[in-house]
Amino acid sequence: MLNMIPQLTIGAVDLAAAFLLLFGLKRMSSPVTAPSGIFVAGLGMLVAVAASFLYAFDVSAAARPFLPVNIALAAIALALGGGLAWWSGRTVAMTAMPQMVALYNGMGGGAAGAIAAVELFGAKTEGATQIVVTLVGALIGAVSLSGSLIAWAKLDGILAKPLRVAGQQAFNAAILAATLAVGGYIVFIVLAAAAPLIPLPGVIGLFFALALFFGILMTLPIGGADMPVVISIYNAFTGLAVGLEGFVLENPALMIAGMVVGAAGMLLTLLMARAMNRSVANVLFTNFGTPSKHKHSDIKGSLKPVQADDAGIFMRYAKTVIIVPGYGLAVAQGQQKLYEFVKLLQGAGVGVKFAIHPVAGRMPGQMDVLLAEAGVPYDLIFQLEDINDQFAETDVALVIGANDVVNPAARSDKSSPIFGMPILNADKAKQVYVVKRGEGVGYAGIQNALFYGDNCNMVYGDALAVLVKMIEAVRGLGLSAAA
Amino acid sequence: MPSLMPITGFVALYIFMLAAFAGWVIIGHVPAILHTPLMSGSNFVHGIVVVGGLYALLNASSTTEQAIGFFAVLLGAGNAAGGYAVTDRMLAMFQTSEHKPKAAKSRHPKAHHPKKA
Repeated sequence: MLNMIPQLTIGAVDLAAAFLLLFGLKRMSSPVTAPSGIFVAGLGMLVAVAASFLYAFDVSAAARPFLPVNIALAAIALALGGGLAWWSGRTVAMTAMPQMVALYNGMGGGAAGAIAAVELFGAKTEGATQIVVTLVGALIGAVSLSGSLIAWAKLDGILAKPLRVAGQQAFNAAILAATLAVGGYIVFIVLAAAAPLIPLPGVIGLFFALALFFGILMTLPIGGADMPVVISIYNAFTGLAVGLEGFVLENPALMIAGMVVGAAGMLLTLLMARAMNRSVANVLFTNFGTPSKHKHSDIKGSLKPVQADDAGIFMRYAKTVIIVPGYGLAVAQGQQKLYEFVKLLQGAGVGVKFAIHPVAGRMPGQMDVLLAEAGVPYDLIFQLEDINDQFAETDVALVIGANDVVNPAARSDKSSPIFGMPILNADKAKQVYVVKRGEGVGYAGIQNALFYGDNCNMVYGDALAVLVKMIEAVRGLGLSAAA
Repeated sequence: MPSLMPITGFVALYIFMLAAFAGWVIIGHVPAILHTPLMSGSNFVHGIVVVGGLYALLNASSTTEQAIGFFAVLLGAGNAAGGYAVTDRMLAMFQTSEHKPKAAKSRHPKAHHPKKA
């Protein structure tokens, strides 16, 4: 009975950990309870990791001679991996968050793949179900690892251009088919105890190499603008892989946590794709963002540039202003200055709100986080469906570093690649200012009719520099006592 | 895992089904403003994979298994620790006009501005 104690302890602790992880995730569903949610989940993780060392009391006879080394290796790996990731997560700039999430997510997928590799190389799987599930988990985990690394490189600007060649999709499909074939061959070798053409470790190695290669190929052609959806998919993939490896290890905590994330990630992916009015398959398999052949000759009017200080003073005397921030604001690191400007306006009695498009930024809700970092209270921040009706009664819409999410072509032009995507109706405001670096097109590669509208003026320049000028202009009026 | 409670075919499917349902319901109620922290948070939750890595490493009985097991724990620990660090940082920033969480103040003095209600 005594030798059951470690197992019982691990079982009980893992049960508690699974509860804490889910309860923590649940608490993250409201801004008020969210910070405590991550703490609760972290507590669950901590006790689960600590209890895992009790496995040392219950290892197989074959592993016993290796145990002291294994325990030392475990401690080193925990300290090294955990320490480095903790340090990088604490020090990275908030704008670099999406690529960090991609990186950590890839690590999780890699860990799931590595667990599968240990099971396969050590011939620890029993029966058809276990080996098939191990292989499926390994495939998903490996794809998540290499795919996330490519996503990270794209977001970090290391890989700038999507790589597209003719026949790419057929080639990718062939690689996937080859991966599945090798996987099937492994199942056959193990179950039928047949003699393989090359030694089994070689076949397993080939399987992992193909799976990793497929992850790279699948992600390379996808444009940077679609990376939020891609990260979300890989997040779900990693969850799924963790859940499947949890089944192989007969660990319900891994099964539950992994599958919850798998399902949650899938839903999040669907929500995101829907916000862009595209299907997930469309994101993954079509070359979106290539320059459109459509000439848009139907756009009338002209671009009317104004000076930043004029625009700033105009807003100072407006009653209501809605600000539509986009990723360009974050690139220019202008969030702090924007909020400074907003406080000036508020001090002068102007009602200011922020309107956030669901896919603004590089991750869903990233603009919310960036504004929060700058100190903007979240009750000033409104989502698309809550604020879209208010543009018509608003004096000024200030569009900073956003483009496609305010393009009226999404409402009216059936031939536009973004037709049907919900947009912020900034064009309905009485006056629109667009802060933009130049006359270039947005990520979707199309002209924006909003910029040519009679009620729209362009303020050219880097968002940060423009905001500094606006602040100076309004301060110069000497009326902004409340700043 | 030589478990006290072996999980056989259908029991596993029931666990998966209920867990997937729970995940779907939990995320369905999250406001868009929290989507990024939530993605990061769920990224942290699958960091539990480190537990499986520890099991694999502690039961390793060859140099190959030790090397791969080490890799599994290394990556899993990175997933968990990094996921926690960035999620916690993001969530600490959320505040209303009236309330200022203390955590945000101590950790991110720069992110803090006096506010008018």
